[in-house]
Amino acid sequence: MNAIIGRKVGMTQIFDENGVQIPVTVIEAGPCVVVQRKNSEIDGYDAVQLGFVEQKPQRLGKASLGRFAKAEVTPRRFLREFRCEADSALKSGDEVKADIFKDITYVDISGVSKGRGFQGVVKRYNFGGGRASHGGKSHLRSPGSIGCREWPGRVFKNKKMPGQMGNRNVTTQNIKVVQVREEDNVILVRGSVPGPNGGLVLVRKAIKKG
Amino acid sequence: MNILEKIDLENRKEEMPDFEVGDAVKVHVRIREGNNVRTQIYSGTVIARDGHGATETFTVRRISYGEGVERVFPVHAPVVEKVEVDRKGKVRRAKLYYARKLKGKKAKIT
Repeated sequence: MNAIIGRKVGMTQIFDENGVQIPVTVIEAGPCVVVQRKNSEIDGYDAVQLGFVEQKPQRLGKASLGRFAKAEVTPRRFLREFRCEADSALKSGDEVKADIFKDITYVDISGVSKGRGFQGVVKRYNFGGGRASHGGKSHLRSPGSIGCREWPGRVFKNKKMPGQMGNRNVTTQNIKVVQVREEDNVILVRGSVPGPNGGLVLVRKAIKKG
Repeated sequence: MNILEKIDLENRKEEMPDFEVGDAVKVHVRIREGNNVRTQIYSGTVIARDGHGATETFTVRRISYGEGVERVFPVHAPVVEKVEVDRKGKVRRAKLYYARKLKGKKAKIT
């Protein structure tokens, strides 16, 4: 099992053994519990469903309480599923903690990016905008021309235009694990990760770099 | 204790170098040349201190061969072995960025 649900705590920096300053993001890695173990016989594929952050039972309906009762764990707020090998020894009720990243160098981290609302092309795609001087007046942050003439007579697909920016799922690949602190149950990864501080992140072993 | 504070404390030096903005200092910097490790001294005037905790930095300005040079050091970096204060400076600002515009006698801090 090489994945966990975590929470982005914030960024800071540490000095490595050579005295080099490294920017790091602190991620609270679980502790998660296995709520369900899916297998190929019944479900058609192998996966584990992890639960993160305890939830008060009165905030859940009977149906979801039943799932937790079946796994014999306390109710959890967030449930996420991760594929696993068929011979994985995990079963429901098991706890997953930061120590799974002990031998892992690179991870992929997914999160929901910070929402910026409906933005124009200058902020959203770094367009240059119009001229501020030489009579530029009503064209300061506009996108300019969006197409040609009678031919092709339409605007091409994927044309960069104003719209919602941020607040979507983002995965950053090949983030280096700098430190695994089992006693605090956190991992430190190099650089930034998607989402705001306190946001939910999914940390998986990197699929491109072993 | 907050985990960020805990990491911050671990990355601090036990003894904080004692200097202020405006001081003329000698910074002892450890540098690696191949397999050799030696100490280089960079001397100048502290014109700013930025940040707090383990991430705090300070800026040292000097005139080198007629050209102004500024280097930013993390206060708690292991490569900064020692900060020696040559002369205490008397200044009224926290950031001495105005010194960049001044030359010669005017740039002198008493």
